Amino acid sequence: MVYHVDQRGFFGFFGGSYIPEMLVPNITELQSRYLEIIEDASFQAEFRQLLRDYVGRPTPLYPARRLSEKLGYPLFLKREDLNHTGAHKINNAIGQILLAQRLGKRRIIAETGAGQHGVATATVCALMGVECFVYMGEIDMKRQAPNVRRMQMLGTKVIPVTSGSRVLKDAANEAMRDWIAHPEDTHYILGSAVGPHPFPDMVMRFQAVISEEIKTQLPAQTPYQLPHSIIACVGGGSNAIGAFAHFLDTPSVVLIGVEAAGKGLDSGETAATIARGREGVLHGSKTLVMQTEDGQITEAHSISAGLDYPGVGPQHAHLARTGRATYVSVTDEEALVAAHELARLEGIIPALETAHALAYLPRHQAGPDQPVVLCLSGRGDKDMATYCPEA
Amino acid sequence: MNRIEALFARTERKVLSMFTTAGYPALDDTLRVCRALQDAGVEMIELGFPFSDPLADGPTIQRSNEQALANGMSLKVLFGQLKALRDNVDIPVLLMGYLNPVLQYGVERFCAACAEVGIDGLILPDMPVDEYKETYQALFAKYDLRSVFLVTPQTSPERIRMLDEITTGFLYVVSVASVTGNKLAVDDTRKQYFQRIHEMKLKSPTMVGFGIHDRQSFEESTAMLRGGIIGSALLKVLETSKDIEADVRSFVADIRPVV
Repeated sequence: MVYHVDQRGFFGFFGGSYIPEMLVPNITELQSRYLEIIEDASFQAEFRQLLRDYVGRPTPLYPARRLSEKLGYPLFLKREDLNHTGAHKINNAIGQILLAQRLGKRRIIAETGAGQHGVATATVCALMGVECFVYMGEIDMKRQAPNVRRMQMLGTKVIPVTSGSRVLKDAANEAMRDWIAHPEDTHYILGSAVGPHPFPDMVMRFQAVISEEIKTQLPAQTPYQLPHSIIACVGGGSNAIGAFAHFLDTPSVVLIGVEAAGKGLDSGETAATIARGREGVLHGSKTLVMQTEDGQITEAHSISAGLDYPGVGPQHAHLARTGRATYVSVTDEEALVAAHELARLEGIIPALETAHALAYLPRHQAGPDQPVVLCLSGRGDKDMATYCPEA
Repeated sequence: MNRIEALFARTERKVLSMFTTAGYPALDDTLRVCRALQDAGVEMIELGFPFSDPLADGPTIQRSNEQALANGMSLKVLFGQLKALRDNVDIPVLLMGYLNPVLQYGVERFCAACAEVGIDGLILPDMPVDEYKETYQALFAKYDLRSVFLVTPQTSPERIRMLDEITTGFLYVVSVASVTGNKLAVDDTRKQYFQRIHEMKLKSPTMVGFGIHDRQSFEESTAMLRGGIIGSALLKVLETSKDIEADVRSFVADIRPVV
C-alpha cells in the first residue's frame, strides 16, 4: 500500500486540487517547484540550521514516569511544546517562509484557529522582515486572546473574520480570498496538512522532523528500537502526520489519531470529521468533510479552537480508509480532565488540542514492554482562561 | 440548437447576462427574479446554487448564499422550483456553483435533473480540468449541457488556449484578480488585458465578469469582448428591493437603455 502522495497530488481517493481558476497560477507554481526547492541542499541546510538554532530542535523525547506508572505502559512525550513559540506549528512556518523567499514572495498571509499557527507565521515573518497578515475568526480571537496580542507585538496585522461561523474554516476561506486578490506577490502559509495539493504533502514534509527525531531518539535513549504506537491529536492533522510520517511504512508501529468529539459524537456538536464526515471537497481538496445531505459544510464544535474544523487532511482520510492508522475521539470534558492530570502528574500544562490525545491514553492498549509515544504538540498558556476560569 | 449557442448566433450586440442566487431574497423568488430579468431585457442568466463556503466570492454573494441557505434552498428544492423554468423564461440559463453540492447530489443525477428542467449549461469554478476531461465531459455532453471555464489576468496564454478548446457555450473572462463584487475600474491595465484576449481570436465567445456594476463598467469592459455578466450589483438591488420587477427593470435599464 502507498501512503504518500502520487504524481497527481492524490492520496488514494483523497487530495487533489479543487480550486477556482484564480488560484491556479499560484498553486501550479507551488506544485511544479516545491520538491525541487525543498530537496535542494542549500534549502535543507538553512532549514535545519534554523530548526536547531532558532526553534530549539531537537525537542526532547521525555519519559513520563508518573503517568507511565499509572497507565501500565512506558509513555514518552515528544515535547513539541518546547519549540520556540510553543507548538509544532513553527516547523512548517520556518519551512514555508524559506520556500516563499525562494519563490520571491514578499507578502505573507495565513489562517489561524488557536492562534499557534498565526503566532508561528508572525514569528518567521518578523525574523525575515516580511509583511504578514493573519486571518482569525472573531470567536477564536476572543477565546485565544493572548495569541492575538503576541501576533500583534510581532508586527503582524490580525484580521478578524466575521463571515460564516467565524472560526478556523472561515479564516481559511478569507485567506484564500486574499490570495485570489493578491496573485503575484503573496504566499499563503497554510498551517495544517489540508488544502489543495501540494499543501498537504508539503506540510507533512516540514512536520516530518517530529518522527525523524523520534526514530533516532527512542533507540538512543531507551531499550526500545521502535515505538509500539504513536498517538497524536487531529484537527487538520499536521502534528499527527508529522509524528506518523517516518513510521508509515513500518506496519508494526500502531498509529492513532485522536479527534475532538466536542460534546459527543452524536450530539450534533462535534469536530470528529473522520468519525462523522463523508467524502467531499473543502478548501481545495477531496477529503472527509462534515456536511449536510445537500453538501453544505456544517459547523464543527470543539472546546479547542485548533481542532474546531469540519474537514481533515486528505492523507489522514487515506490512512483511515486503508486502515493504516486508527482514529478515535474524546470529548471536551475528557480533554479538560486530561490536561489537569498532566499538569499534576508531570508538571506540564498542555495545549487543549494536545489534551485530546492525552485523554485517550487510559483506553489505549499497550503492555509494560511496549513503548508509546505521544506527540505533545503544544503548551497550554493560551488556554489558561479555559482551564482555570475562576482565576 | 442549445439556447446559449443560439443566442450568440442570433445577435451581434453585446450580450448582457446576469447572475442571481437561487432562493434569494426569498426561497420562492428564484423564478420570479429570472422572469423579471428576462422581461427587463437580460439575455442570459447564471443561476447560482448556494454553498456554505463560497471562497471565490465577495461579501455580497456570500450574504446571498447564507440567506438562501437559511431560507431552505438546496439542490433538491431548486430542481423542484425549476420544473416550471421553461414556463417562465426562454433565455439561456446556466447553473453556477461550487462542486461539493453537485458531488453529494451525484454528478449524473445532477446532469439529468438539469436536462429535464431545461438548464443549458454549467459553471463549476472549482471543478479541476483533468477531472472534467476524464469523467464529466462525456456526461455533460450526454445531457447537452455546456460547461463554461474561466480565465483570469494571470492565466498564461497557453492555458487560455487550452481552456478555450475545452470550454463550451462561452469563455468566462474574469476581469481582475479579485473575488466577486469589487467595483471594476476599466483602467489601462484592464484595457490591455481585454485587448490581449481579443487579439488571441479565440474560438469561443468571451463574456467578461467580476465587478461590472453600472453602464460605464459594462460598456468599457465589453468593448472588445462578446458581452458581460453582472452579479453582485444585481444582488445588492435585490437585497433591499420592495418591488422586484420594478427594481430589476430600472437596474437593467440603467446598464443598457432600451433601444
